[in-house]
Amino acid sequence: MADDTSLPGSGGGRFPATRHSAVLAAQSENVLERERGLSILIDTYWKPAYKYLRIRFGESNADAEDLTQGFFTRAIEKDFFAGYDPDKGSFRTYLRTCLDRFVANEKKAASRLKRSPGAPMLSLDFEGAEGELSRGAPRSGQTTEQYFHDEFVRSLFGLAVERLREECEQRGRDLPYRIFERYELESDPDQPLTYAALAEEFHIPSTQVTNFLAFARREFRRIVLEKLREITSSDREFRDEARTLLGVSE
Amino acid sequence: MRWLPDRTVAHLRRVAEWPDLADTKYRLLEELGRGGMGTVYLAEDTVLGRKVALKVISTGAADAETADRMLREARIIARLEHPGIVPVHDAGALPDGRIFYAMKRVEGERLDALAARATLPDRLRVFQRICEAVAFAHAHGVLHRDLKPENVMVGSFGEVLVMDWGVAKLLDAAAERIPGGATEASPSQTAEGTVVGTLSYMAPEQAEARADRIGPQTDVYALGAILYYLLARRPPFEGAAAERRARGEGAVAPASPRRFDPSVPRALEAIVAKAMSADPTGRYASAEELAAEVGRFLAGEHVRAYRERPWERAARIFARYRTPVLLVAAYLLMRTPLILYGRS
Repeated sequence: MADDTSLPGSGGGRFPATRHSAVLAAQSENVLERERGLSILIDTYWKPAYKYLRIRFGESNADAEDLTQGFFTRAIEKDFFAGYDPDKGSFRTYLRTCLDRFVANEKKAASRLKRSPGAPMLSLDFEGAEGELSRGAPRSGQTTEQYFHDEFVRSLFGLAVERLREECEQRGRDLPYRIFERYELESDPDQPLTYAALAEEFHIPSTQVTNFLAFARREFRRIVLEKLREITSSDREFRDEARTLLGVSE
Repeated sequence: MRWLPDRTVAHLRRVAEWPDLADTKYRLLEELGRGGMGTVYLAEDTVLGRKVALKVISTGAADAETADRMLREARIIARLEHPGIVPVHDAGALPDGRIFYAMKRVEGERLDALAARATLPDRLRVFQRICEAVAFAHAHGVLHRDLKPENVMVGSFGEVLVMDWGVAKLLDAAAERIPGGATEASPSQTAEGTVVGTLSYMAPEQAEARADRIGPQTDVYALGAILYYLLARRPPFEGAAAERRARGEGAVAPASPRRFDPSVPRALEAIVAKAMSADPTGRYASAEELAAEVGRFLAGEHVRAYRERPWERAARIFARYRTPVLLVAAYLLMRTPLILYGRS
Protein backbone atom coordinates (compact mmCIF):
# COMPACT_ATOMS: atom_id res chain seq x y z
CA MET A 1 0.00 0.00 0.00
CA ALA A 2 1.17 3.50 -0.69
CA ASP A 3 0.74 4.38 2.96
CA ASP A 4 3.33 1.80 3.81
CA THR A 5 5.99 3.67 1.92
CA SER A 6 8.75 5.46 3.71
CA LEU A 7 8.78 8.12 1.02
CA PRO A 8 7.83 11.68 1.91
CA GLY A 9 4.48 13.12 0.87
CA SER A 10 0.98 13.18 2.10
CA GLY A 11 -1.30 11.03 0.13
CA GLY A 12 0.49 8.23 -1.59
CA GLY A 13 -1.27 9.35 -4.74
CA ARG A 14 -4.79 9.30 -3.34
CA PHE A 15 -7.18 12.17 -2.98
CA PRO A 16 -9.22 12.49 0.14
CA ALA A 17 -12.92 13.21 -0.21
CA THR A 18 -12.90 16.85 0.77
CA ARG A 19 -16.64 17.23 0.66
CA HIS A 20 -19.55 14.87 0.87
CA SER A 21 -20.69 13.53 -2.44
CA ALA A 22 -23.55 15.58 -3.84
CA VAL A 23 -24.93 12.44 -5.46
CA LEU A 24 -25.23 10.74 -2.07
CA ALA A 25 -26.51 13.97 -0.52
CA ALA A 26 -29.26 14.12 -3.17
CA GLN A 27 -30.39 10.69 -1.96
CA SER A 28 -30.34 11.70 1.70
CA GLU A 29 -33.43 11.74 3.90
CA ASN A 30 -32.21 14.96 5.48
CA VAL A 31 -33.95 17.78 3.62
CA LEU A 32 -31.13 20.29 3.93
CA GLU A 33 -28.56 17.76 2.83
CA ARG A 34 -30.75 16.73 -0.10
CA GLU A 35 -31.20 20.34 -1.17
CA ARG A 36 -27.45 20.93 -1.03
CA GLY A 37 -26.80 17.85 -3.17
CA LEU A 38 -29.47 18.73 -5.72
CA SER A 39 -28.25 22.29 -5.95
CA ILE A 40 -24.70 21.14 -6.83
CA LEU A 41 -25.97 18.61 -9.35
CA ILE A 42 -28.26 21.15 -11.02
CA ASP A 43 -25.46 23.73 -11.17
CA THR A 44 -23.23 21.20 -12.94
CA TYR A 45 -25.70 19.57 -15.24
CA TRP A 46 -28.40 22.01 -16.26
CA LYS A 47 -26.46 23.53 -19.15
CA PRO A 48 -25.32 20.22 -20.63
CA ALA A 49 -28.91 19.01 -20.26
CA TYR A 50 -30.37 22.06 -21.98
CA LYS A 51 -27.91 21.92 -24.87
CA TYR A 52 -28.40 18.16 -25.17
CA LEU A 53 -32.15 18.67 -25.52
CA ARG A 54 -31.62 21.29 -28.17
CA ILE A 55 -29.21 19.11 -30.15
CA ARG A 56 -30.49 15.59 -29.60
CA PHE A 57 -34.21 16.25 -29.82
CA GLY A 58 -34.07 19.39 -31.96
CA GLU A 59 -36.24 21.21 -29.45
CA SER A 60 -36.84 24.92 -29.88
CA ASN A 61 -35.18 27.03 -27.23
CA ALA A 62 -38.51 27.68 -25.50
CA ASP A 63 -39.36 23.96 -25.40
CA ALA A 64 -35.85 23.03 -24.30
CA GLU A 65 -36.09 25.61 -21.50
CA ASP A 66 -39.38 24.15 -20.44
CA LEU A 67 -38.12 20.59 -20.54
CA THR A 68 -34.97 21.50 -18.60
CA GLN A 69 -37.01 23.28 -15.95
CA GLY A 70 -39.46 20.40 -15.91
CA PHE A 71 -36.76 17.76 -15.62
CA PHE A 72 -34.91 19.28 -12.70
CA THR A 73 -38.09 20.38 -10.93
CA ARG A 74 -39.47 16.86 -11.28
CA ALA A 75 -36.14 15.49 -10.06
CA ILE A 76 -36.56 17.56 -6.89
CA GLU A 77 -40.21 16.66 -6.43
CA LYS A 78 -40.01 12.98 -7.23
CA ASP A 79 -36.51 12.16 -6.00
CA PHE A 80 -35.37 10.97 -9.43
CA PHE A 81 -31.82 10.71 -8.26
CA ALA A 82 -32.66 8.44 -5.34
CA GLY A 83 -32.85 5.59 -7.84
CA TYR A 84 -29.22 5.88 -8.88
CA ASP A 85 -27.20 2.70 -8.29
CA PRO A 86 -23.43 3.31 -8.52
CA ASP A 87 -22.84 -0.35 -9.41
CA LYS A 88 -24.67 0.14 -12.71
CA GLY A 89 -22.56 2.97 -14.13
CA SER A 90 -21.66 6.61 -13.70
CA PHE A 91 -24.10 9.19 -12.38
CA ARG A 92 -23.58 11.20 -15.55
CA THR A 93 -24.87 8.31 -17.69
CA TYR A 94 -27.75 7.76 -15.26
CA LEU A 95 -28.78 11.41 -15.46
CA ARG A 96 -28.72 11.34 -19.25
CA THR A 97 -30.82 8.18 -19.29
CA CYS A 98 -33.31 9.82 -16.89
CA LEU A 99 -33.42 12.83 -19.16
CA ASP A 100 -34.10 10.69 -22.25
CA ARG A 101 -36.87 8.87 -20.40
CA PHE A 102 -38.34 12.11 -19.11
CA VAL A 103 -38.50 13.60 -22.60
CA ALA A 104 -40.08 10.44 -24.01
CA ASN A 105 -42.74 10.46 -21.29
CA GLU A 106 -43.41 14.15 -21.71
CA LYS A 107 -43.87 13.79 -25.42
CA LYS A 108 -46.05 10.74 -24.99
CA ALA A 109 -48.33 12.41 -22.50
CA ALA A 110 -48.06 15.79 -24.19
CA SER A 111 -48.07 17.14 -20.70
CA ARG A 112 -44.97 19.20 -20.83
CA LEU A 113 -46.67 22.17 -19.27
CA LYS A 114 -48.57 20.23 -16.66
CA ARG A 115 -46.02 20.65 -13.93
CA SER A 116 -47.42 20.77 -10.43
CA PRO A 117 -49.03 24.10 -9.85
CA GLY A 118 -46.88 26.21 -7.67
CA ALA A 119 -43.73 24.17 -8.45
CA PRO A 120 -40.70 26.43 -7.97
CA MET A 121 -39.09 27.80 -11.11
CA LEU A 122 -35.37 27.25 -11.07
CA SER A 123 -33.25 30.29 -11.72
CA LEU A 124 -31.36 29.20 -14.82
CA ASP A 125 -29.72 31.50 -17.36
CA PHE A 126 -31.20 30.03 -20.55
CA GLU A 127 -30.34 33.11 -22.57
CA GLY A 128 -26.68 32.62 -21.72
CA ALA A 129 -26.88 28.91 -22.53
CA GLU A 130 -28.48 29.72 -25.88
CA GLY A 131 -25.64 32.15 -26.63
CA GLU A 132 -23.11 29.44 -25.81
CA LEU A 133 -24.94 27.02 -28.05
CA SER A 134 -24.52 29.33 -31.01
CA ARG A 135 -20.78 29.58 -30.29
CA GLY A 136 -20.16 25.89 -29.71
CA ALA A 137 -22.19 23.76 -32.10
CA PRO A 138 -21.51 20.00 -32.14
CA ARG A 139 -18.55 18.92 -34.27
CA SER A 140 -19.28 16.84 -37.33
CA GLY A 141 -19.38 13.15 -36.47
CA GLN A 142 -19.81 13.86 -32.76
CA THR A 143 -22.47 11.65 -31.19
CA THR A 144 -25.06 13.21 -28.91
CA GLU A 145 -23.64 11.18 -25.99
CA GLN A 146 -20.19 12.61 -26.69
CA TYR A 147 -21.69 16.07 -27.02
CA PHE A 148 -23.40 15.73 -23.64
CA HIS A 149 -20.12 14.58 -22.10
CA ASP A 150 -18.15 17.46 -23.65
CA GLU A 151 -20.71 19.97 -22.42
CA PHE A 152 -20.53 18.42 -18.97
CA VAL A 153 -16.73 18.90 -19.01
CA ARG A 154 -17.17 22.49 -20.18
CA SER A 155 -19.69 23.14 -17.42
CA LEU A 156 -17.45 21.54 -14.78
CA PHE A 157 -14.39 23.53 -15.81
CA GLY A 158 -16.45 26.71 -16.08
CA LEU A 159 -17.70 26.23 -12.51
CA ALA A 160 -14.16 25.43 -11.34
CA VAL A 161 -12.80 28.61 -12.93
CA GLU A 162 -15.60 30.57 -11.28
CA ARG A 163 -14.87 29.07 -7.88
CA LEU A 164 -11.15 29.76 -8.32
CA ARG A 165 -11.94 33.41 -9.01
CA GLU A 166 -14.20 33.66 -5.95
CA GLU A 167 -11.72 31.94 -3.65
CA CYS A 168 -8.82 34.10 -4.86
CA GLU A 169 -10.90 37.21 -4.28
CA GLN A 170 -11.94 36.09 -0.81
CA ARG A 171 -8.31 35.46 0.12
CA GLY A 172 -7.20 38.78 -1.32
CA ARG A 173 -5.16 37.01 -3.98
CA ASP A 174 -6.83 38.21 -7.13
CA LEU A 175 -3.53 38.78 -8.94
CA PRO A 176 -2.74 35.05 -9.24
CA TYR A 177 -6.24 34.57 -10.67
CA ARG A 178 -5.80 37.41 -13.16
CA ILE A 179 -2.49 35.94 -14.33
CA PHE A 180 -4.08 32.48 -14.59
CA GLU A 181 -6.96 33.97 -16.54
CA ARG A 182 -4.65 35.82 -18.89
CA TYR A 183 -2.28 32.91 -19.48
CA GLU A 184 -4.50 29.83 -19.34
CA LEU A 185 -7.88 31.14 -20.48
CA GLU A 186 -7.27 34.07 -22.78
CA SER A 187 -4.02 33.37 -24.61
CA ASP A 188 -3.79 30.92 -27.48
CA PRO A 189 -2.63 27.55 -26.03
CA ASP A 190 -0.62 26.95 -29.20
CA GLN A 191 1.13 30.30 -28.91
CA PRO A 192 1.16 31.05 -25.20
CA LEU A 193 2.35 34.33 -23.80
CA THR A 194 5.83 34.31 -22.34
CA TYR A 195 6.27 34.70 -18.60
CA ALA A 196 8.40 37.76 -19.34
CA ALA A 197 5.51 39.38 -21.24
CA LEU A 198 3.16 38.66 -18.36
CA ALA A 199 5.67 40.05 -15.88
CA GLU A 200 5.84 43.26 -17.88
CA GLU A 201 2.07 43.47 -18.24
CA PHE A 202 1.44 43.03 -14.51
CA HIS A 203 4.56 44.89 -13.36
CA ILE A 204 5.93 42.00 -11.33
CA PRO A 205 9.12 39.89 -11.63
CA SER A 206 9.04 36.76 -13.84
CA THR A 207 9.64 34.54 -10.81
CA GLN A 208 6.46 35.94 -9.33
CA VAL A 209 4.56 34.99 -12.50
CA THR A 210 5.91 31.43 -12.18
CA ASN A 211 4.86 31.25 -8.52
CA PHE A 212 1.42 32.77 -9.09
CA LEU A 213 0.70 30.48 -12.03
CA ALA A 214 1.85 27.44 -10.06
CA PHE A 215 -0.41 28.49 -7.19
CA ALA A 216 -3.44 29.10 -9.40
CA ARG A 217 -2.95 25.85 -11.31
CA ARG A 218 -2.64 23.91 -8.07
CA GLU A 219 -5.83 25.51 -6.75
CA PHE A 220 -7.63 24.94 -10.04
CA ARG A 221 -6.66 21.28 -9.97
CA ARG A 222 -7.83 20.98 -6.35
CA ILE A 223 -11.19 22.57 -7.17
CA VAL A 224 -11.72 20.38 -10.25
CA LEU A 225 -11.04 17.27 -8.20
CA GLU A 226 -13.27 18.51 -5.39
CA LYS A 227 -16.08 19.14 -7.85
CA LEU A 228 -15.55 15.72 -9.33
CA ARG A 229 -15.75 14.25 -5.85
CA GLU A 230 -19.00 16.12 -5.31
CA ILE A 231 -20.70 14.73 -8.38
CA THR A 232 -19.57 11.13 -7.99
CA SER A 233 -20.76 8.68 -5.40
CA SER A 234 -17.81 6.34 -4.88
CA ASP A 235 -14.04 6.24 -5.08
CA ARG A 236 -14.24 4.01 -8.11
CA GLU A 237 -16.63 6.31 -9.97
CA PHE A 238 -14.42 9.25 -9.03
CA ARG A 239 -11.34 7.56 -10.52
CA ASP A 240 -13.23 6.51 -13.65
CA GLU A 241 -14.51 10.05 -14.15
CA ALA A 242 -11.07 11.53 -13.45
CA ARG A 243 -9.58 9.19 -16.03
CA THR A 244 -12.19 10.25 -18.59
CA LEU A 245 -12.12 13.91 -17.67
CA LEU A 246 -8.37 14.29 -17.68
CA GLY A 247 -7.89 12.16 -20.75
CA VAL A 248 -5.75 9.45 -19.22
CA SER A 249 -5.48 6.55 -21.62
CA GLU A 250 -5.38 2.92 -20.57
CA MET B 1 -20.01 31.75 -15.44
CA ARG B 2 -17.65 32.32 -18.36
CA TRP B 3 -17.98 30.19 -21.49
CA LEU B 4 -14.85 28.23 -22.36
CA PRO B 5 -14.13 27.42 -26.00
CA ASP B 6 -13.16 23.85 -26.93
CA ARG B 7 -9.45 24.48 -27.14
CA THR B 8 -9.42 26.19 -23.72
CA VAL B 9 -11.29 23.21 -22.28
CA ALA B 10 -8.71 20.88 -23.85
CA HIS B 11 -5.92 23.03 -22.46
CA LEU B 12 -7.46 23.09 -18.98
CA ARG B 13 -7.70 19.30 -19.02
CA ARG B 14 -3.92 19.21 -19.35
CA VAL B 15 -3.47 21.96 -16.75
CA ALA B 16 -5.61 20.03 -14.26
CA GLU B 17 -3.50 16.92 -14.83
CA TRP B 18 -0.13 18.68 -14.60
CA PRO B 19 1.82 17.70 -11.53
CA ASP B 20 2.29 20.18 -8.74
CA LEU B 21 6.05 20.69 -8.51
CA ALA B 22 5.93 23.57 -6.02
CA ASP B 23 8.69 23.29 -3.40
CA THR B 24 10.42 20.53 -5.35
CA LYS B 25 13.68 20.85 -7.25
CA TYR B 26 11.92 20.21 -10.54
CA ARG B 27 10.51 22.66 -13.04
CA LEU B 28 7.92 21.37 -15.48
CA LEU B 29 8.76 21.87 -19.16
CA GLU B 30 6.41 19.78 -21.28
CA GLU B 31 4.42 16.59 -21.54
CA LEU B 32 6.23 13.75 -23.31
CA GLY B 33 3.67 10.96 -23.30
CA ARG B 34 0.87 9.16 -21.51
CA GLY B 35 0.42 5.57 -20.48
CA GLY B 36 -1.99 3.53 -18.43
CA MET B 37 -0.32 4.20 -15.12
CA GLY B 38 1.17 7.63 -15.53
CA THR B 39 2.21 10.55 -17.65
CA VAL B 40 5.84 11.29 -18.47
CA TYR B 41 6.91 14.94 -18.42
CA LEU B 42 10.10 16.65 -19.39
CA ALA B 43 11.33 18.61 -16.38
CA GLU B 44 14.43 20.43 -15.30
CA ASP B 45 16.28 19.40 -12.18
CA THR B 46 17.06 22.94 -11.00
CA VAL B 47 19.73 21.80 -8.52
CA LEU B 48 21.82 19.82 -10.97
CA GLY B 49 20.80 21.88 -13.98
CA ARG B 50 19.86 18.94 -16.17
CA LYS B 51 16.74 17.76 -17.89
CA VAL B 52 15.03 14.63 -16.63
CA ALA B 53 11.95 12.61 -17.48
CA LEU B 54 9.39 12.67 -14.67
CA LYS B 55 6.90 9.86 -14.57
CA VAL B 56 3.92 10.95 -12.49
CA ILE B 57 0.99 8.76 -11.57
CA SER B 58 -2.17 9.81 -13.40
CA THR B 59 -5.02 11.29 -11.40
CA GLY B 60 -7.41 8.69 -12.71
CA ALA B 61 -5.04 5.91 -11.70
CA ALA B 62 -4.14 7.33 -8.31
CA ASP B 63 -5.28 4.44 -6.17
CA ALA B 64 -3.04 2.83 -3.60
CA GLU B 65 -2.35 -0.26 -5.69
CA THR B 66 -1.17 1.71 -8.71
CA ALA B 67 0.91 4.02 -6.52
CA ASP B 68 2.53 0.98 -4.98
CA ARG B 69 3.13 -0.53 -8.40
CA MET B 70 4.80 2.64 -9.62
CA LEU B 71 7.10 2.84 -6.62
CA ARG B 72 8.07 -0.76 -7.08
CA GLU B 73 8.81 -0.08 -10.74
CA ALA B 74 11.17 2.71 -9.66
CA ARG B 75 12.83 0.49 -7.09
CA ILE B 76 13.28 -2.33 -9.55
CA ILE B 77 14.87 -0.06 -12.15
CA ALA B 78 17.04 1.57 -9.50
CA ARG B 79 18.70 -1.73 -8.69
CA LEU B 80 19.33 -2.59 -12.34
CA GLU B 81 22.40 -0.47 -13.00
CA HIS B 82 23.18 -1.34 -16.58
CA PRO B 83 23.87 0.84 -19.64
CA GLY B 84 20.89 -0.78 -21.36
CA ILE B 85 18.39 0.11 -18.64
CA VAL B 86 17.26 3.71 -18.14
CA PRO B 87 18.53 4.88 -14.71
CA VAL B 88 16.25 6.25 -12.01
CA HIS B 89 17.55 9.35 -10.20
CA ASP B 90 14.84 10.04 -7.65
CA ALA B 91 11.40 8.94 -6.44
CA GLY B 92 8.83 10.24 -3.99
CA ALA B 93 5.48 11.96 -3.62
CA LEU B 94 4.67 15.39 -5.02
CA PRO B 95 2.98 18.10 -2.92
CA ASP B 96 -0.34 17.04 -4.47
CA GLY B 97 0.20 13.52 -3.13
CA ARG B 98 0.93 11.86 -6.42
CA ILE B 99 3.78 9.37 -6.68
CA PHE B 100 6.53 10.17 -9.18
CA TYR B 101 9.98 9.07 -10.16
CA ALA B 102 12.64 10.91 -12.10
CA MET B 103 14.72 9.09 -14.66
CA LYS B 104 17.26 9.90 -17.31
CA ARG B 105 15.81 11.76 -20.23
CA VAL B 106 16.37 9.58 -23.29
CA GLU B 107 16.69 11.32 -26.60
CA GLY B 108 16.44 9.14 -29.66
CA GLU B 109 13.84 7.00 -31.33
CA ARG B 110 11.79 3.96 -30.50
CA LEU B 111 12.91 0.62 -31.84
CA ASP B 112 9.87 0.34 -34.12
CA ALA B 113 10.84 3.61 -35.80
CA LEU B 114 14.46 2.53 -36.14
CA ALA B 115 13.43 -0.84 -37.60
CA ALA B 116 11.82 0.92 -40.53
CA ARG B 117 15.11 2.36 -41.78
CA ALA B 118 18.12 0.53 -40.30
CA THR B 119 20.11 -2.13 -42.17
CA LEU B 120 19.76 -5.76 -41.12
CA PRO B 121 23.18 -5.95 -39.38
CA ASP B 122 22.41 -2.73 -37.49
CA ARG B 123 19.03 -4.06 -36.41
CA LEU B 124 20.64 -7.29 -35.22
CA ARG B 125 23.35 -5.46 -33.26
CA VAL B 126 20.68 -3.38 -31.51
CA PHE B 127 18.82 -6.60 -30.79
CA GLN B 128 21.91 -8.10 -29.15
CA ARG B 129 22.11 -5.08 -26.84
CA ILE B 130 18.47 -5.57 -25.84
CA CYS B 131 19.22 -9.22 -25.05
CA GLU B 132 22.21 -8.17 -22.93
CA ALA B 133 20.09 -5.74 -20.87
CA VAL B 134 17.40 -8.37 -20.36
CA ALA B 135 20.01 -11.00 -19.46
CA PHE B 136 21.39 -8.57 -16.85
CA ALA B 137 17.90 -8.10 -15.39
CA HIS B 138 17.39 -11.88 -15.28
CA ALA B 139 20.71 -12.28 -13.50
CA HIS B 140 19.34 -9.89 -10.86
CA GLY B 141 16.10 -11.80 -10.54
CA VAL B 142 13.88 -9.46 -12.59
CA LEU B 143 11.60 -10.48 -15.45
CA HIS B 144 10.39 -7.64 -17.68
CA ARG B 145 7.18 -9.30 -18.99
CA ASP B 146 6.31 -6.52 -21.44
CA LEU B 147 9.15 -6.51 -23.94
CA LYS B 148 8.14 -5.01 -27.27
CA PRO B 149 9.63 -2.55 -29.79
CA GLU B 150 7.69 0.34 -28.24
CA ASN B 151 9.48 -0.25 -24.94
CA VAL B 152 12.97 0.03 -26.40
CA MET B 153 14.62 3.37 -27.12
CA VAL B 154 17.69 3.79 -29.27
CA GLY B 155 19.57 6.92 -28.28
CA SER B 156 21.21 9.40 -30.58
CA PHE B 157 24.64 7.90 -29.78
CA GLY B 158 23.48 4.36 -30.47
CA GLU B 159 22.75 3.49 -26.85
CA VAL B 160 19.94 0.98 -26.46
CA LEU B 161 17.63 1.34 -23.47
CA VAL B 162 14.94 -1.05 -22.31
CA MET B 163 12.07 0.96 -20.78
CA ASP B 164 8.78 0.48 -18.94
CA TRP B 165 9.34 -2.02 -16.17
CA GLY B 166 5.82 -1.42 -14.80
CA VAL B 167 4.72 -5.05 -14.92
CA ALA B 168 8.10 -6.56 -14.06
CA LYS B 169 8.11 -9.64 -11.89
CA LEU B 170 10.70 -10.37 -9.27
CA LEU B 171 11.94 -13.87 -8.81
CA ASP B 172 11.57 -14.97 -5.20
CA ALA B 173 15.17 -14.41 -4.13
CA ALA B 174 15.19 -10.91 -5.65
CA ALA B 175 11.90 -9.97 -3.98
CA GLU B 176 13.52 -10.36 -0.58
CA ARG B 177 16.01 -7.65 -1.46
CA ILE B 178 13.45 -5.04 -2.65
CA PRO B 179 11.90 -2.81 0.06
CA GLY B 180 8.28 -3.86 0.54
CA GLY B 181 8.93 -6.54 -2.02
CA ALA B 182 6.26 -8.91 -3.11
CA THR B 183 7.16 -10.76 -6.29
CA GLU B 184 4.64 -8.93 -8.43
CA ALA B 185 4.31 -5.30 -9.36
CA SER B 186 0.81 -5.26 -7.87
CA PRO B 187 -1.21 -7.66 -5.76
CA SER B 188 -3.80 -8.13 -8.49
CA GLN B 189 -1.10 -9.46 -10.79
CA THR B 190 -0.28 -12.22 -8.35
CA ALA B 191 -3.54 -13.94 -9.02
CA GLU B 192 -3.50 -16.93 -11.33
CA GLY B 193 -5.53 -15.97 -14.39
CA THR B 194 -4.53 -12.29 -14.50
CA VAL B 195 -2.89 -11.37 -17.80
CA VAL B 196 -0.30 -8.57 -17.89
CA GLY B 197 1.79 -7.44 -20.86
CA THR B 198 1.08 -7.00 -24.57
CA LEU B 199 -0.66 -9.83 -26.39
CA SER B 200 1.18 -9.42 -29.70
CA TYR B 201 4.54 -10.21 -28.10
CA MET B 202 3.42 -12.40 -25.23
CA ALA B 203 4.52 -15.97 -24.59
CA PRO B 204 1.66 -18.50 -24.47
CA GLU B 205 2.21 -19.26 -20.77
CA GLN B 206 1.92 -15.52 -20.02
CA ALA B 207 -1.20 -15.15 -22.19
CA GLU B 208 -2.72 -18.10 -20.34
CA ALA B 209 -1.68 -16.47 -17.03
CA ARG B 210 0.14 -19.63 -15.96
CA ALA B 211 2.08 -17.98 -13.16
CA ASP B 212 3.87 -21.23 -12.32
CA ARG B 213 5.38 -21.45 -15.83
CA ILE B 214 6.54 -17.84 -16.15
CA GLY B 215 10.30 -17.48 -16.00
CA PRO B 216 13.25 -16.08 -17.97
CA GLN B 217 12.10 -18.09 -21.02
CA THR B 218 8.94 -15.97 -21.03
CA ASP B 219 11.08 -12.92 -21.78
CA VAL B 220 13.12 -14.99 -24.27
CA TYR B 221 9.88 -15.56 -26.18
CA ALA B 222 9.19 -11.80 -26.25
CA LEU B 223 12.76 -11.19 -27.42
CA GLY B 224 12.08 -13.67 -30.24
CA ALA B 225 8.94 -11.68 -31.05
CA ILE B 226 11.00 -8.46 -31.14
CA LEU B 227 13.47 -10.15 -33.49
CA TYR B 228 10.48 -11.16 -35.59
CA TYR B 229 9.42 -7.51 -35.73
CA LEU B 230 12.92 -6.44 -36.72
CA LEU B 231 12.87 -8.90 -39.62
CA ALA B 232 9.25 -8.66 -40.81
CA ARG B 233 8.68 -5.08 -39.61
CA ARG B 234 5.39 -6.17 -38.06
CA PRO B 235 4.42 -7.94 -34.84
CA PRO B 236 4.13 -11.74 -34.96
CA PHE B 237 0.46 -11.52 -33.96
CA GLU B 238 -1.83 -8.55 -34.45
CA GLY B 239 -5.31 -7.52 -33.31
CA ALA B 240 -7.87 -10.30 -33.38
CA ALA B 241 -5.22 -12.94 -34.17
CA ALA B 242 -3.35 -12.03 -30.98
CA GLU B 243 -6.58 -12.22 -28.97
CA ARG B 244 -7.53 -15.57 -30.50
CA ARG B 245 -4.10 -16.99 -29.72
CA ALA B 246 -4.35 -15.71 -26.12
CA ARG B 247 -7.63 -17.63 -25.80
CA GLY B 248 -5.83 -20.71 -27.13
CA GLU B 249 -7.92 -20.68 -30.31
CA GLY B 250 -5.57 -19.42 -32.99
CA ALA B 251 -2.28 -20.62 -34.50
CA VAL B 252 0.49 -21.08 -31.96
CA ALA B 253 3.27 -20.14 -34.38
CA PRO B 254 3.23 -16.85 -36.32
CA ALA B 255 3.52 -16.64 -40.10
CA SER B 256 7.12 -16.87 -41.27
CA PRO B 257 8.87 -13.47 -41.41
CA ARG B 258 10.01 -14.52 -44.91
CA ARG B 259 6.39 -14.25 -45.99
CA PHE B 260 6.63 -10.49 -45.51
CA ASP B 261 10.27 -10.13 -46.56
CA PRO B 262 11.65 -13.00 -48.69
CA SER B 263 15.19 -11.69 -48.22
CA VAL B 264 15.17 -12.68 -44.53
CA PRO B 265 17.87 -15.36 -44.13
CA ARG B 266 16.55 -18.79 -43.20
CA ALA B 267 19.00 -19.02 -40.31
CA LEU B 268 17.41 -15.94 -38.71
CA GLU B 269 13.98 -17.38 -39.35
CA ALA B 270 15.11 -20.51 -37.45
CA ILE B 271 16.38 -18.38 -34.54
CA VAL B 272 13.00 -16.66 -34.30
CA ALA B 273 11.17 -20.01 -34.44
CA LYS B 274 13.31 -21.45 -31.63
CA ALA B 275 13.02 -18.33 -29.44
CA MET B 276 9.24 -18.28 -29.97
CA SER B 277 8.72 -21.98 -29.36
CA ALA B 278 5.32 -22.58 -27.70
CA ASP B 279 7.02 -24.84 -25.17
CA PRO B 280 9.32 -22.81 -22.89
CA THR B 281 11.79 -25.71 -22.72
CA GLY B 282 12.16 -25.60 -26.51
CA ARG B 283 13.44 -22.00 -26.40
CA TYR B 284 16.92 -20.65 -25.82
CA ALA B 285 17.84 -21.23 -22.21
CA SER B 286 18.64 -17.55 -21.67
CA ALA B 287 18.66 -14.13 -23.30
CA GLU B 288 22.46 -14.40 -23.37
CA GLU B 289 22.25 -17.60 -25.39
CA LEU B 290 19.88 -15.92 -27.83
CA ALA B 291 22.25 -12.94 -28.18
CA ALA B 292 25.15 -15.34 -28.79
CA GLU B 293 23.21 -17.15 -31.51
CA VAL B 294 22.50 -13.85 -33.28
CA GLY B 295 26.18 -13.01 -32.83
CA ARG B 296 27.11 -16.23 -34.62
CA PHE B 297 24.89 -15.25 -37.53
CA LEU B 298 26.51 -11.81 -37.71
CA ALA B 299 29.98 -13.37 -37.64
CA GLY B 300 29.09 -15.79 -40.46
CA GLU B 301 29.33 -18.78 -38.15
CA HIS B 302 27.04 -21.77 -37.98
CA VAL B 303 23.71 -20.98 -36.34
CA ARG B 304 22.84 -23.87 -34.06
CA ALA B 305 19.09 -23.59 -34.49
CA TYR B 306 19.36 -24.08 -38.25
CA ARG B 307 20.31 -27.24 -40.12
CA GLU B 308 22.11 -25.97 -43.21
CA ARG B 309 21.98 -27.62 -46.58
CA PRO B 310 25.46 -28.33 -48.09
CA TRP B 311 25.32 -25.45 -50.56
CA GLU B 312 24.16 -23.07 -47.88
CA ARG B 313 27.07 -24.14 -45.72
CA ALA B 314 29.44 -23.59 -48.67
CA ALA B 315 27.96 -20.18 -49.38
CA ARG B 316 28.25 -19.17 -45.74
CA ILE B 317 31.87 -20.31 -45.50
CA PHE B 318 32.63 -18.57 -48.75
CA ALA B 319 31.02 -15.35 -47.48
CA ARG B 320 32.87 -15.57 -44.19
CA TYR B 321 36.29 -16.36 -45.73
CA ARG B 322 35.78 -14.48 -48.96
CA THR B 323 39.22 -12.86 -49.09
CA PRO B 324 41.40 -15.93 -48.40
CA VAL B 325 39.22 -18.09 -50.65
CA LEU B 326 39.57 -15.60 -53.50
CA LEU B 327 43.34 -15.38 -52.96
CA VAL B 328 43.70 -19.16 -53.04
CA ALA B 329 41.49 -19.35 -56.15
CA ALA B 330 43.53 -16.66 -57.89
CA TYR B 331 46.73 -18.45 -56.94
CA LEU B 332 45.42 -21.74 -58.29
CA LEU B 333 44.23 -20.03 -61.43
CA MET B 334 47.69 -18.68 -62.07
CA ARG B 335 49.51 -21.90 -61.14
CA THR B 336 47.32 -24.31 -63.13
CA PRO B 337 48.55 -23.26 -66.66
CA LEU B 338 52.15 -23.35 -65.44
CA ILE B 339 51.70 -26.85 -64.01
CA LEU B 340 49.96 -28.05 -67.15
CA TYR B 341 52.64 -26.40 -69.35
CA GLY B 342 55.43 -27.98 -67.27
CA ARG B 343 53.89 -31.45 -67.66
CA SER B 344 53.53 -31.11 -71.42
